[in-house]
Amino acid sequence: MKKDGITIKNVHLSFGSTEVLKGINLEIQPGEFFAFLGPSGSGKSTLLRAIAGFGPIPTGEIFIGERNIVGLDPWLRNVGMVFQSYALWPHMTVRDNIGFGLRERKFATSNIQQKTNEVLELVNLSHLADRMPNQLSGGQQQRIALARTLVVEPDVLLLDEPLSNLDASLRVQMRRELLLLQRKLGLTTIFVTHDQEEANTTCDRMAVLENGIIQQVGSPQELYDNPTNLFVAKFLGTANILTGSIETNGRNTRFVTTTGETLNLPTAAQSGTQLVLRPQNIEIQKTSGKGTLKARVIHREFLGSQIRYLVNAAGTELVVDHSHTPDGVWFENGTNIHLRPNTSGATVL
Amino acid sequence: MSSFHIGKSTQNLASQNEFWLFRKLTGLQSVALLIALVLIGLLVVPVGKVIFVAFQDPSTGAATLQNFADFFATPLFRESFWNSFYVSAMSVVFATIIALPLAYITTRFHFSGSILIQSLGFIPLIMPPFVGAVAMQLIFGRNGTVNLLLREKFGFSVPFMEGLNGVILVQSIHYFPFILINLSASLRNIDRSMEEAAQNLGSHGIRLFRRIVFPLAMPGYIAGAALVFIKVFDDLGAPLLLNVNNMLAPQAFLRISSIGISDPMGYVISCILVLFSILSLWASFLVMRGKDYSTIQKGGGGIGKRTLKTGEKVLAYSVVALILLVVLSPHIGLLLLSFGTIWSFAPLPDAYTLQNYITMWEGSKTFILNTILYAGIAASLDVIIGTAIAYIVIRTGIFGRQWLDYLATGALAVPGVVLGIGYLRTFHGVDVPFTGESLASWWVIIALALMIRRLPYALRACTAALQQVSITLEECAESIGATKRRTIQKIVVPLMTGGILAGFVTSFATAAVELSATIMLVASNSDAPLAYGIYLFMQTPSGRGAGAALGIVAVVVVAIGTVASQLIIERDKKINSSNDIV
Repeated sequence: MKKDGITIKNVHLSFGSTEVLKGINLEIQPGEFFAFLGPSGSGKSTLLRAIAGFGPIPTGEIFIGERNIVGLDPWLRNVGMVFQSYALWPHMTVRDNIGFGLRERKFATSNIQQKTNEVLELVNLSHLADRMPNQLSGGQQQRIALARTLVVEPDVLLLDEPLSNLDASLRVQMRRELLLLQRKLGLTTIFVTHDQEEANTTCDRMAVLENGIIQQVGSPQELYDNPTNLFVAKFLGTANILTGSIETNGRNTRFVTTTGETLNLPTAAQSGTQLVLRPQNIEIQKTSGKGTLKARVIHREFLGSQIRYLVNAAGTELVVDHSHTPDGVWFENGTNIHLRPNTSGATVL
Repeated sequence: MSSFHIGKSTQNLASQNEFWLFRKLTGLQSVALLIALVLIGLLVVPVGKVIFVAFQDPSTGAATLQNFADFFATPLFRESFWNSFYVSAMSVVFATIIALPLAYITTRFHFSGSILIQSLGFIPLIMPPFVGAVAMQLIFGRNGTVNLLLREKFGFSVPFMEGLNGVILVQSIHYFPFILINLSASLRNIDRSMEEAAQNLGSHGIRLFRRIVFPLAMPGYIAGAALVFIKVFDDLGAPLLLNVNNMLAPQAFLRISSIGISDPMGYVISCILVLFSILSLWASFLVMRGKDYSTIQKGGGGIGKRTLKTGEKVLAYSVVALILLVVLSPHIGLLLLSFGTIWSFAPLPDAYTLQNYITMWEGSKTFILNTILYAGIAASLDVIIGTAIAYIVIRTGIFGRQWLDYLATGALAVPGVVLGIGYLRTFHGVDVPFTGESLASWWVIIALALMIRRLPYALRACTAALQQVSITLEECAESIGATKRRTIQKIVVPLMTGGILAGFVTSFATAAVELSATIMLVASNSDAPLAYGIYLFMQTPSGRGAGAALGIVAVVVVAIGTVASQLIIERDKKINSSNDIV
């Protein structure tokens, strides 16, 4: 299958007077599995639909390979989109649903038959070819919708929250299948989701969107470990934010909070006023030590593998995760404890 | 690849794209334009003409209010105006008296006959009121079954059918289902939690009904009541057959048919009919606005149902039985009349025969064939135009598209008499090409009038059908490579088939029994449809049996149509709902 990248240049889009996309610039590599991640209303679905050719025509340029497709009718784009609701046509059998795109492309009947069989085999549903869509389970409908899109050999594959209508266990299985299929076909794929776990487990790289703007682009690990702004830090996992300033004293760099606590920073420091600490990067100690913070437990949640404490420290509330073992220690509400932040995993913004 | 190449391919695509956009828009736009022209020519111009003439001096052509002054200066017209108003208002009252107990009992209590009642409640609608009118005379009239029995047993009689009473009785029995349907739907749509919240706060019994249940059901009631009012106000057939001429619609008809199309009074009356139509539609719109009380939520149920105590049960069943007997009396009467030999001054016909059906068949083959032709043309055009308007309004951004919807729906506010008068006045001077006949007396104009009259209903059916089709089904076809035209052809229309078919059947069945517009436009008996045939038969006492037989044919046609369209809609719902992904 031929591989095309997607290049988005300065795309703006408005619904009436509401600007939904505010200058999107993005480069997606050929064969990449890419995710648009963001809360609802962030513009991620709008951007995906703009690539497919639905909704208002945006300004700016969207290239698939070397074709600018802005303003082009959807049927001329050769972009495969799998819809959140699957959109299987209820008046056609599975076979007719899959063959539809090929018939539109004026393929010979024998050819359509053969390609349909091949793609049904690809999704392991050959035995359901003559069923009607309403006789299929959710997971089967999902795979048929995917097959219907893949059979026309689109240049890129767009998935609009494809797993959101499946139950939890099926979702985990389907996302693995999706990934295997994408790797096998090497098809440039964009996956829209609001679920960071889905994005983390499938995509090569992702773009976090908020308020019509791309906040950050990178691999899941990069974004988690080195968020470039508070939104990304908070959206990907739980983040504790300490405000203060950086002080450099000879070779030591320290972060001094507004309430006066100091934390050593391992790297030669950048500028910034906010220190991002993940809950698992803070250790709890019963006794104070060098570089520890005084804290008091105010709430406790048992999460299974971990116990999550909400504590008062450094003039703010912090979330701290403590591994749980059957013989482990519990801290009651109101207990005074000491925190040792592991600043090697911290980011200053 | 050089940047030159990129630039070039982009440019090519852009120009190709413009070409496609242009073609796509002109295609749908020209359809929109064509429909607009049809609606203007067959609805706006004739109605405009009627209003224009009403404000015109008949001899000089100057603008004047004199016609209206003349109208209100004539005692007969003042009386007609008052009578129409009185009959409409009283019909609403009686229709409410019939509908309220049925709606309340079937929605609030566990009542084993609920489904039967709800279906029987529809039956009056499937009989044109003028058909039932004659049968009602024979049952409730001065010498009808009921009064003969009353006089014999108790020595008194009740003037059920005397003058305006007759019209009120016929109309309220015919139109109460509008209130029943709307009120029942509103009552059912009240979420149980609404009532439970009130009970939780200490309210119960009559007070709960008055403060919570009835106010929540009010919009449905008002919608139904407004519809009854306007239908009765506009109706021509029932008063005409009961020989009650001192009402507005019959006066308009009589002035035009006896004095001629130059008499201004018919136009003044038409203006008043249109005005009242618009007023009551507007009033019900005002009441309904922002009051979508349909409060059913996920996990909730309809309003709580209570089991009746034995005494209450007896009472409820008696009330329901009595109401149903009254409501079904026109059908029973018509059936007896159609199989009876002579029925006069007797509680029941003297003997029974099939002769009426033979006479009817011999005398009305033309009527039946004409009806199939006219109603078939009207219904076909209705669903074609309805589908096109629905698609243009819902799925495109064509400038002014809402106006197609407004115009087509606006036909609701135009009484049949008014449309008929408008066609006569607008088209009487226009000749049909080649035949040299006047357009106003050409049979095609009857079919077109029926088409306009039924368009609002067909449009609603098509709109509902299109709304059932998720837009992603279309987007998906487009993203897989189907053009707009192919998508409409292969995805949209097939998925709308059920709704379109239901719209066709309803339009056909109701157009088949329409009298008020056709009675103005029928130029000769050979062009007449079934409804006009019944009217002709019923003019002579000897023709009543055959007229009743033809009436039974009409009822059967509408009944089959109604059941068929319900079945189609049900089947469609099932397909669509089983396809919903939860």
